[in-house]
Amino acid sequence: MKLECKVNGENREADGVREGESLLYILRERLDLPGSKNACEQGECGSCSVYMDGMLVCSCLVLAGQAEGREIVTVEGLADENELHPVQKSFIEAGAVQCGFCTPGLIVATHDLLERNAKPSDVEIREALAGNLCRCTGYEKILDAVKLAAAKNGNGA
Amino acid sequence: MKPYRYERAEDISGAISALADEPEGAFLGGGTNIVDLMKLGVSTPDVLVDVRRLMSDDIEETEDGGVRIGAAVPNSDLAADPTIRTRYPALSEALLSGASGQLRNMATTGGNFLQRTRCVYFQDTTTPCNKREPGSGCSALDGYNKNHAILGSSEHCVATHPSDMAVAMAALDAFVVTHGPNGERRIPIEELHRLPGDEPERDTILEHGELITAVELPPMGFSSNSKYRKVRERASYAFALVSVAAAMDVEDGVVRDVRVALGGVAHKPWRATKVEEALRGEPVSEENFRAAAEIELSEAEPLSENAYKVPLARNVMVRTLSDLSGEGR
Ligand SMILES: Cc1cc2nc3c(=O)[nH]c(=O)nc-3n(C[C@H](O)[C@H](O)[C@H](O)COP(=O)(O)OP(=O)(O)OC[C@H]3O[C@@H](n4cnc5c(N)ncnc54)[C@H](O)[C@@H]3O)c2cc1C
Ligand code: SF4
Ligand code: FES
Ligand code: FES
Repeated sequence: MKLECKVNGENREADGVREGESLLYILRERLDLPGSKNACEQGECGSCSVYMDGMLVCSCLVLAGQAEGREIVTVEGLADENELHPVQKSFIEAGAVQCGFCTPGLIVATHDLLERNAKPSDVEIREALAGNLCRCTGYEKILDAVKLAAAKNGNGA
Repeated sequence: MKPYRYERAEDISGAISALADEPEGAFLGGGTNIVDLMKLGVSTPDVLVDVRRLMSDDIEETEDGGVRIGAAVPNSDLAADPTIRTRYPALSEALLSGASGQLRNMATTGGNFLQRTRCVYFQDTTTPCNKREPGSGCSALDGYNKNHAILGSSEHCVATHPSDMAVAMAALDAFVVTHGPNGERRIPIEELHRLPGDEPERDTILEHGELITAVELPPMGFSSNSKYRKVRERASYAFALVSVAAAMDVEDGVVRDVRVALGGVAHKPWRATKVEEALRGEPVSEENFRAAAEIELSEAEPLSENAYKVPLARNVMVRTLSDLSGEGR
């Protein structure tokens, strides 16, 4: 089948897509967007998190057909041409990145959280990011990064 | 994954007829359960008929003062809905206690009811399992059964139903509305899911090709005094070991009416009718709550690894009922 959807603001097409392919596979293997990571493929780790029609989803559990005609935003679509998004900067500044495998998913999930709740409490951050697993950092620095990003937001950055 | 066809139907009748000649076909809601099971080789449909976009995703108040929820309403929207949060808080709490934000965004109200058990043997195609392969045996009976049922199980299957939402729906007396090859029906939640008996491969009474199109919550004044409490192995993002949904109508220290349902203890959301009967008209007290819970659990038949669920279910019921009665505060 042929898949058409909008990805990071551009109309994209993929030909010869098999019906069992996930959105994650299509993004990584067919649309040259390897930012979203493939770890569990079962909805458990969140490393494949992307927006679909403005809604945060695990792209590993979205089938090609479900993505048809939808608007997708991946981690690659968050930064401006020349400048990282404040959430991305905060992860670097807070030292929240170790191996980095969970980072793209966490960046998108944090972006989504701060869109909905500009000043989340610790409990709200933990709950909102519960679907994103990290095996390296122990999460403390990730919490710091989210709070840093929220603070930057508050300063109009 | 076994190859299959993906189809999108135009409307409800189109979806029903799309499966009429496809005994191995299935509906696709959000896909968060069936796609996972297809990857594991547990579900092997020939065709998936996507119904997410053709069903209602509205939450509407009905004329009689209840609420009608379209089957395509995402779990996250249902949990956040102001009417649900104030009038049926147990439902909102149950939804928020399940899965993760990403999954709740994708998962539908209809699909949530029909998610399959998390029994590890069911998900592992190399082991015998009567639910996955009728007649092959039940590996959990003498195997890893810490998370399995203590009530209503059979020698053929001891699995539990994993949905948090369905437990709250059971306590709130919800109905599912279905459309199928034989027309429309309105099924009380209590009757939707089955006990395993000698047909553990059938989770529900739905016929092949029968589509859940809506859920109706009846008006129930005291449902605003309702609560969901879930016990799990970590603070969030895990299935229930045991959970309780309850609603209570208290006046002058007496239980006028009460609804209680348990999760994690049976093949279906377990409506604790014995607790309800024992408490109606009785004074509010922890002793009464404990005694009522013990009546319900006197029929429990724990397995080798899950006897802990009996006192756990009792304590969680007592605690939840105490909170609702004002006693626990
Ligand atoms: C990592 C992870 C953690 C989870 N944790 C929890 C948890 O803690 N608590 C919890 O309750 N759940 C949990 N879930 C399960 C989740 O809630 C379900 O996967 C989800 O609710 C299923 O909804 P869906 O729309 O995606 O269903 P689908 O996967 O699309 O469908 C499920 C089944 O229902 C059928 N179906 C779908 N829609 C309809 C319809 N309208 N009419 C008839 N048949 C239909 C399908 O054919 C399929 O058999 C978790 C899932 C994952 C992956
Ligand atoms: S408990 Fe049920 S689902 Fe689990 S192995 Fe036994 S038959 Fe299969
Ligand atoms: S790869 Fe999608 S949730 Fe883990
Ligand atoms: S930094 Fe390695 S998994 Fe999170």
